[in-house]
Amino acid sequence: MKHFFTLLSHEIRMLLVSASTYIAATLFLGFTGFIFTSILEIYSKAPQESSPAEDFFRFFWFPVLLMVPMLTMKSLAEERRLGTIETLLTTPVTTTEVVLAKYGAAYFLYVCLWGSTAAFFFVLGKFSGDARLLDAGPLLGGYLFIAISGLLFIALGIFASSLSRNQAVAAILCATMIFGVIFGLSWLAGSSALNREVLQPVRLAVDYAQVLVHRDDFTHGIIDTRQLLFYLSGTVLALIFSILGVEAKLLHS
Amino acid sequence: MPDAPAIEVSHLVKTYAGVTAVNDITFRVGRGEILGFLGPNGAGKSTTMRVLTGYLPATSGSVQICGIPVASQPDAAKRLIGYMPENNPLPEDMRVSEYLYFRGRLKEVSRRKLGPRIDEVLELCDLKRVRHKIIGQLSKGYRQRVGIAESILAEPPVIIMDEPTIGLDPHQILIVRDLIASLRGRMTVIISSHILPEIEVTCDRVLIINQGRVVAQGTPADLRREILGRSTYDVELAGDVSTLPSVLSAIEPTLEIAEQGDPDAEGFRHLKLSTERDAELGEPLLRALSAPGYRLRALSRAHPTLEDVFLAATRRSWDVKSPEPRKK
Repeated sequence: MKHFFTLLSHEIRMLLVSASTYIAATLFLGFTGFIFTSILEIYSKAPQESSPAEDFFRFFWFPVLLMVPMLTMKSLAEERRLGTIETLLTTPVTTTEVVLAKYGAAYFLYVCLWGSTAAFFFVLGKFSGDARLLDAGPLLGGYLFIAISGLLFIALGIFASSLSRNQAVAAILCATMIFGVIFGLSWLAGSSALNREVLQPVRLAVDYAQVLVHRDDFTHGIIDTRQLLFYLSGTVLALIFSILGVEAKLLHS
Repeated sequence: MPDAPAIEVSHLVKTYAGVTAVNDITFRVGRGEILGFLGPNGAGKSTTMRVLTGYLPATSGSVQICGIPVASQPDAAKRLIGYMPENNPLPEDMRVSEYLYFRGRLKEVSRRKLGPRIDEVLELCDLKRVRHKIIGQLSKGYRQRVGIAESILAEPPVIIMDEPTIGLDPHQILIVRDLIASLRGRMTVIISSHILPEIEVTCDRVLIINQGRVVAQGTPADLRREILGRSTYDVELAGDVSTLPSVLSAIEPTLEIAEQGDPDAEGFRHLKLSTERDAELGEPLLRALSAPGYRLRALSRAHPTLEDVFLAATRRSWDVKSPEPRKK
């Protein structure tokens, strides 16, 4: 891990000079801003039962589906397309360091972008003067959920990028995988296909892996270690597959 | 292992999905030597170089860099190598000095030494003017030199360059040639190239491979002797050619007319004489052909280029049958 920080700072700098990062950031802040103002409009018309933070995080999947592919699609696909992965891996760095540095940089940016939405709540708190609108529980729970689930989403993006040398293919693959994890699993839980006795263990596993349920739990202040484990193990698995993906492509290049 | 040769490759085999790219290559390169790597496209040059750098694993055989096996100690071996891949891939959106700094850090050059060392390689490769430019905006020649600067940055004992002079103009080729020549004795260099005069001028030794096998190796002079085997003389002569063979065999028994042109308006014809003897026959030829009955206009000894050697060696190897693969 000697070169990890050299690589990480390089990757972060590369992301900061890349146009796709700014497109992702603009789209992200545009959409989250739009969602936030829509929520505020609803609140201004009639009192609601839930806090604005809870409603805000309800739509987390939309910016995630847009932003994660844009932050990660370039990472490994571009290195392979340009061939710079060859010069990179002929220095004393390991594939693990390279993949982790790319992952770390993309995750850092992801967290920074979500962190910038805290400004919405700051503005709301400052100008509404109503402390009830800023419920600390759902707010912190929501951001914690974003930080934890982001680990998995970014890892899936890096994995998608390790599979193709075409950025567009990587982006589509990444969006599809994230869509599958968020909505595919919830659809599977609701479908009758798993009702048979033999499939009970699968059903049990699918019931635990409900991203939308996790979000609700987090914003209600319930932090379940089983859910943390789901994201952490998924992240580790996706990163291991990314490392294997890069190495397998080398063997067959 | 201070006495180990810089590069030792023995029985190296590399197959991709059933295709044998490199087939039982064995060679060694001494310290400070410059080795030219020649071969037609698809001969296995780049694959061999990639195995040497530890980027690709070998299917069988062994590679040692300064006595360190690449397969079992890849990290230690990679510290000893500066590598410039084919087509010289560079990140598009970095500045030249930033790129060199990043690569220097990856190659474990200390921060204190890195700054002066970057200035040094920029100077060596004539890149000072573009040090703050973005690599994506540089011309091919500059990009090539950035790649070369990067490979010598950490002063590794072994430098491997895959076609370093491709796409350069003659002036830049001269710079690169001088640069490589200046490394002689200090660093071991392997360069592959299609530009044969380049190899001939810069390299101490040449290795020609074809279809994954070494077909010839040695100094350019050795190869000429070994592969072509004959010296040739170009003569422009007027007179009776039918009596010429007897005159020639009087000088040297193996000397004969290899090619004969038609006489021009003044009666001179172009002849190509060939002999197995290596020693210079110019003077006796000149004396014999100035005899009455002949008029001599030109006489010169032909210098076969490495190109001829390369063509002869690769053509010859197409006829060589591969040995039966060893049964497991």
